[in-house]
Amino acid sequence: MSKVVVLGAGISGHTAALYLKKGLGKNHEVVVVSPNSNYQWVPSNIWVGVGLMEPNQVKFKLEPVYRRKGIIYKQALAKEIRPEGDSSSENGYVVVEYVDEARRGQTEKVEYDFLVNATGPTLNFKATPGLGPDLYSNSVCTYDHAYHAWKNLKVSFEKMEAGIHQTFLIGTGHAMATCQGAAFEYALNIAFEVNKRGLHQFADIIWISNEYELGDFGMGGAYVNRGGYVTPTKVFTESILAEYGIRWIKRAGVYKVEPGKAFYELLDGTYHEQSFDFSMLIPGFAGAQMKAFNKKGEEITSTIFAANGMMKVDADYTAKPYEEWKSSDWPEIYQSPAYDNMYASGIAFAPPHGMSKPMESPNGTKIFPTPPRTGMPSGVIGKVVAQNVIHRIKTGRKDHPHKASMVRMGAACIVSAGYGFTKGQAATMTVSPIVPDWEKYPKYGRDINKTVGVIGLAGHWMKLFMHYMFLYKAKAKFGWSLIPE
Amino acid sequence: MASIHERLKNEPYSEYSFATRPTNATLFWRRCIIKQIYLFFALNLKIMRIVVGGHS
Repeated sequence: MSKVVVLGAGISGHTAALYLKKGLGKNHEVVVVSPNSNYQWVPSNIWVGVGLMEPNQVKFKLEPVYRRKGIIYKQALAKEIRPEGDSSSENGYVVVEYVDEARRGQTEKVEYDFLVNATGPTLNFKATPGLGPDLYSNSVCTYDHAYHAWKNLKVSFEKMEAGIHQTFLIGTGHAMATCQGAAFEYALNIAFEVNKRGLHQFADIIWISNEYELGDFGMGGAYVNRGGYVTPTKVFTESILAEYGIRWIKRAGVYKVEPGKAFYELLDGTYHEQSFDFSMLIPGFAGAQMKAFNKKGEEITSTIFAANGMMKVDADYTAKPYEEWKSSDWPEIYQSPAYDNMYASGIAFAPPHGMSKPMESPNGTKIFPTPPRTGMPSGVIGKVVAQNVIHRIKTGRKDHPHKASMVRMGAACIVSAGYGFTKGQAATMTVSPIVPDWEKYPKYGRDINKTVGVIGLAGHWMKLFMHYMFLYKAKAKFGWSLIPE
Repeated sequence: MASIHERLKNEPYSEYSFATRPTNATLFWRRCIIKQIYLFFALNLKIMRIVVGGHS
């Protein structure tokens, strides 16, 4: 019997765990370690943040699903990895600390034959002083953050209804933050709700971003075949912001937040501040900050993890200038080069470099987005890692027949821009591949026939459809595996 | 009181004033149920093909 331990129960880890159990059956053990007792469908947090959904509509308890599927679930936080075991154990193990009521603070060694690290991001609010829902800005990164944001947003709406002008600052809260798409959705949804209430004359909505040009979204932008022209996503993004009455500040690295005020540096090296009544600023992401030790107890964290805490995999991490970046730098199987029974999936793997061109201000501040790996790619990577682990366990071989490089994988992003069955709207964007491949597609970096940018009611229906479909799939109900990631 | 949107869209040389804006016809087609039903299926199919074809 083999034992596979999955760290994390987000989109990637949960997908991996379900496929592992389905493929391995009762003869092997699948263990999930996650400090969160709920699964959350993160893309719908936007609707919680504008009061259109309750937190219960975007989350469900993990334990009953895992019990039904025969997966062992430990509500705990992984603290250390010992890939070689120790003097008393030949097997690799993870040291976990329980966070549930019954066993809070207790630690346990969880041995494994295969380890899938899918810990997702640590929301690094500390990297920007004053940032975060516990301090002076809001967040929609989790359902409870989004609900907290809605409570504060409601206060701003009430003030506008009383004729008091409000400034909304939405965007990235760190010079190298990613996940612009979520913040962009939130800005559009706030504008939609403001207009719906007839309050636009009392609102100044500002989009602040570390992108060099709008529409970069951490993937170096894209080109879209639209209206008889091939246009950059800059045009697409500026157009929708202007249509919704949102002005913007780009090339901005927010470095400090105080009550009602954000401080930022522009790429030209100048410093500015922007006052606000309500802000939602996405933090930088970091890895789970686990430590690793070898059999002798010597720390090997830097061997396993990159400096940001994300796990090194089969990528080329050689430092090289933007002009020398290649598609072959990106990983295909997400296997640790140091220990072949360890994998990282979703946000937990360290990308070899960005997708957006690195930019630096005259003061030496790096201001550009780091690469996104959320949603669809996270789910696909989780599935492929699970398929390869199943193959290795069942055949005893060490090859990897399943591959999912972000240089070949496409992605769709549906940016909600207003809720309502006949009045709603969303921007549907597809890119293929996710990482631009300038060798294969020298003209536009991607397959222009697979790249789409369409705005309309259909996008809203799709986002709503995906909300119900992916929650159904995550609950592992009948036929769940037939639904693609 | 004019909204920021109203003030900025006519401010010469602001980036905001250069942004492309949809025509009334474009806005109509974005909400036209028949066209949007077609797009719903067409875009879903396109996304499905991209997802399935992107990994092995």
